[in-house]
Amino acid sequence: MNYTYKVGCSIENLKGVRDFIRESLKNHGVADMQISEIVLAIDEMCSNLMIHSHHCNPDDLFELHILVDKNNPVVFEIVDDGTVFDINQFHEPAIDNIVHQKRKGGLGIRLVKSIMDKIEYQKRSGRNVCRLIKAVHYQ
Amino acid sequence: MIHIKRMQEDGADVIALIGEIDASSSIELDLAIAKSVGEGFTKILVDCGALEYISSAGLGVFMSYIEEFKDRDIRMVLFGMSERVANTFNILGLNELLQIGKDKVEAKQMVA
Repeated sequence: MNYTYKVGCSIENLKGVRDFIRESLKNHGVADMQISEIVLAIDEMCSNLMIHSHHCNPDDLFELHILVDKNNPVVFEIVDDGTVFDINQFHEPAIDNIVHQKRKGGLGIRLVKSIMDKIEYQKRSGRNVCRLIKAVHYQ
Repeated sequence: MIHIKRMQEDGADVIALIGEIDASSSIELDLAIAKSVGEGFTKILVDCGALEYISSAGLGVFMSYIEEFKDRDIRMVLFGMSERVANTFNILGLNELLQIGKDKVEAKQMVA
């Protein structure tokens, strides 16, 4: 099953993104706690994309695809035309440093890496595709 | 998306979070805490009973006050979290860095 959501890069749209993920995964009996962790990770990736790659321009659109196939991990694809920021190349600050420097950011990428099993970047038809893969328990 | 209510009980400022905190609304949480500090409260209780979701942006707001509160001897306790919201704090071990109580009674004891 393939679910698609197309949305403008306004952070006001993050709620819609979260609802879309919850609804899509609920259809397949994914456990609530696991859905909530996945929502957290994808929310983070989408908000980073909106803010850093698209400067919150509501006219810039990106697509979120959710590919669900029983007995296989769920694949999330974020497709856009902005600047690629590969989080695998990013060394997130230590939590202690975040506290000492009174930083408000720096936790998000750590969360994404803790929650997702694998994060890959590809090019498809000239567009950027960020693939996030997560094994889930289907009930 | 987030509605914030403040009330004062037994000398503590109680900040109730209702709804969802994400990148678009974390500023409101920041302003509410800053206001409480600005008004001179040294005991801050954050009621998370009606908090349905918190993203890293919201977590970051709480983290950014840890040092300042230590320096100024301000105590902040979060309480009433649902299992899902509590899990969000636990993933990165933030439950070890922040004061988190079960309910308001426990939170009041923790700031006493």
